[in-house]
Amino acid sequence: MGRYAIKRVFQGLITIWFIATATFAAMHAVPGDPLSNEKATTEAIRKNLEARYGLDRPVFPDQYFIFLGNMAKGDFGLSFTQQNRRVNDIILDAFPVSAQLGVLAIAFAALGGVLLGAFTALKRNRWPDVTVMLAVILGISVPSFVFAALGQLALVNANDALGFTLLPVAGWGELSHMVMPAVVLGLSTLAFLTRLMRSSMLEVLTADYIRTARAKGVSEGGIFWRHALRNASLPVITVLGPAIAAITTGGFVVELVFAIPGLGRAFVEAVQQLDYTLIMGTTVFYGSFLVFMVIVVDLIYGLIDPRVRLA
Amino acid sequence: MMRLGPAGRPLALLLGCLLAVAAPFSGAANNAVDFEGRVIRMVLPQEPPQLDSSKATDQVSTRVLGHVMEALTRFDGQGRLVPGVAERWEIRRDGATFWLRKDARWNDGSPVTAEDFVFSWRHAVDPKTASEYAFILQGIENAEEISQGEAPITSLGVSAPEPRRLEVRFSRALAYFDKLVAFATFYPLKESFYRARDGRYGADAEDMLFNGPFFIERWDHGARLEMAKNPHYWDRDNIYLNRIEFPYITSDTNASLNLFKDNRIILAGLDSETMENALEQRWRIERFDDGSAWYIEFNHREGRLTRNWHLRRALALSFDTYEFINRVIGTPGNLPGLSLFPSYLQGAKRRLLQEIPPPEPVTDWTLAREHLDKAMAQLGLREPPELVLLTGNSPTANKQAEFLQTLWKDALGLTVRIDRQIFKQRLAKMTAGEFDLVAAGWGPDYLDPLTFGDLFASWNLNNRGRYDNPKLDACVRKAQNSVDAGARVQAFGCIQSILLEDHAIIPTYERGQIYVIHPAVKGAIRRQTSPDPDLARAWLEQP
Repeated sequence: MGRYAIKRVFQGLITIWFIATATFAAMHAVPGDPLSNEKATTEAIRKNLEARYGLDRPVFPDQYFIFLGNMAKGDFGLSFTQQNRRVNDIILDAFPVSAQLGVLAIAFAALGGVLLGAFTALKRNRWPDVTVMLAVILGISVPSFVFAALGQLALVNANDALGFTLLPVAGWGELSHMVMPAVVLGLSTLAFLTRLMRSSMLEVLTADYIRTARAKGVSEGGIFWRHALRNASLPVITVLGPAIAAITTGGFVVELVFAIPGLGRAFVEAVQQLDYTLIMGTTVFYGSFLVFMVIVVDLIYGLIDPRVRLA
Repeated sequence: MMRLGPAGRPLALLLGCLLAVAAPFSGAANNAVDFEGRVIRMVLPQEPPQLDSSKATDQVSTRVLGHVMEALTRFDGQGRLVPGVAERWEIRRDGATFWLRKDARWNDGSPVTAEDFVFSWRHAVDPKTASEYAFILQGIENAEEISQGEAPITSLGVSAPEPRRLEVRFSRALAYFDKLVAFATFYPLKESFYRARDGRYGADAEDMLFNGPFFIERWDHGARLEMAKNPHYWDRDNIYLNRIEFPYITSDTNASLNLFKDNRIILAGLDSETMENALEQRWRIERFDDGSAWYIEFNHREGRLTRNWHLRRALALSFDTYEFINRVIGTPGNLPGLSLFPSYLQGAKRRLLQEIPPPEPVTDWTLAREHLDKAMAQLGLREPPELVLLTGNSPTANKQAEFLQTLWKDALGLTVRIDRQIFKQRLAKMTAGEFDLVAAGWGPDYLDPLTFGDLFASWNLNNRGRYDNPKLDACVRKAQNSVDAGARVQAFGCIQSILLEDHAIIPTYERGQIYVIHPAVKGAIRRQTSPDPDLARAWLEQP
């Protein structure tokens, strides 16, 4: 197990190096640079700006290896767009926000997905099943910016109709700020998990041990909670790792619409402004996070299933 | 009650939890307007990128700075120049003197002195600072040489012979210098404080010193920014508001409108999409000139087809600015593009464009085709050429580019290829000259026609089409070097007629913006230069 873990971590480091290198190359291949601005600057000022950010040296090998060296030390340098701030500080500020939102969204999606999936499996082909599955298709196919806009509009109208603030329309700071964004962010994952859970539940419900349990005289509730739900949830737990990473990184639109100071927004704005250091910082950070989640899942598999270790 | 089956109970529990979280949110304390506390709340389109005034370039930063800093002079709600830190001043041909008021203070209680301006201005032209706005100090003795690294920064023509007297020496006449110093780059900086921050000045609220009507009390990066009234500000008795808060940072116009509807913010800008929504609500829609002039810039570089006057004239003659603002842009409040100079600029006695009226633009497709034929003959072309139109990637830019594409196809049979680029890439292509036509715009840095007038001078780095005309250069120099208001207006007239007759650009429109504002807020100022919107001297009236 120890050797397996070391091997996986080593593979992970190679992956991160590859992500960093590919992003670095792609970013520098784009025309334009972070220093170009609406107002043209004189040569002397440009040279000084380039020197401040180390852009006066050749991209390869100098800038690349300086970047790799700093990355190894965990230092991503100064941001170009938030000009007095270090990329590390921006990530440290923004990631917890995205993470909080992500955890809430995943909790909502997992809980809702498992329960709805199980529920629809029990009511297979009857109207509750058909209705929920229709909603699930909507949830999977409608992009999150539509849900974000609709969700916000619904809040405005609800607050207006009620005469008091049920939930704030946007902003960040209190738990109440997180509810609607988390729901919006979690919707498509919830829909996906519902489908997964439903098919898994259907399979389990026809299994022999359920029949045995029923024959033993276990109550319907006992069968559902103790035997069916637990076994059917396994595939859901499998996809949860990547889903957590995807949700904490994929919230750009939701963060923009609800004015949430998260990392998804910082990342997309960095790309739009060609903020070299912030692009590298966020990409490498996200990449590492994703790789880390995958390794964790793999190691857990290894613990549960000895065959994985041998493969 | 509907039977939910075995899974029903947890579902109800989940719903219950969500509602429990929802209920206790305290709404009233976050309203757009707090009459008792004299607080207003607004949205900020983005995190301010740079709050060190010597380096700030963007509108969000200068908007924040405009509330917390004060220059020697400032503009009031009617666009008139009024005293700021300077009590009075004198502009001469070769220099200027500013007498500072004795009660101007920093928010730590110390006086604002002439030395604070000397340090700030020297710091801004210092090539080590690498301020992108160093050019705005040009005309002050040695400013150019210093920013090129050819002279020591102490040689800058600015000195403080007395703590409350600032002397400036010019290398060329700067008739508009009193307006120029209202700009953010000219704000004072206290040297001892600035140096103690060791490169972190402007990074956080506690890393700044303020001399304006407000100070930044709280700044959570990316999330919120709060300003409180500065108790040391000399004119504090005329500042009504106790706080201006920005609890939301987002550039999403729909989100802004929703926040406005929910009574969370006092002001929301509108675009063609959100305007419909605002109309449905029957809100009063306001407009103002945001200051920018928009035009199609030609590439005048050697070897480009657009160097040909007949081709440029053909393209200009097929364009109709009225159709463009009414049918293409889609939001009300825009003005036709008649000149490079927007209509709000002041001339010697009246508005500039009243003193030098631009000719009414002509749209004539028949004449346009004749010019295209001449152009093709001169260029040795058998068929109408294909031209590249460089443009931004916003929906508005798209719509405009597609209109032009269709227009020139219909009018001239000309193929226009649209090159859509995001901001930085577009700039890179503009600078490199990789275009035939580019949709461009310019906003004023200071309220003098010269901020537009020198744009197409051959030496101006922002002249990205590289228009090069000695006659125009001569007029620009006249406008720069003259102190006589009448002579300057004449020079601007000369610039205008050369640009239009030579079709150096096709003016497309003068941008107006529309917005909605809380009816209780009075004295909010919208203007063409930063800070916009300016709420520093706003007050509240119960509707």
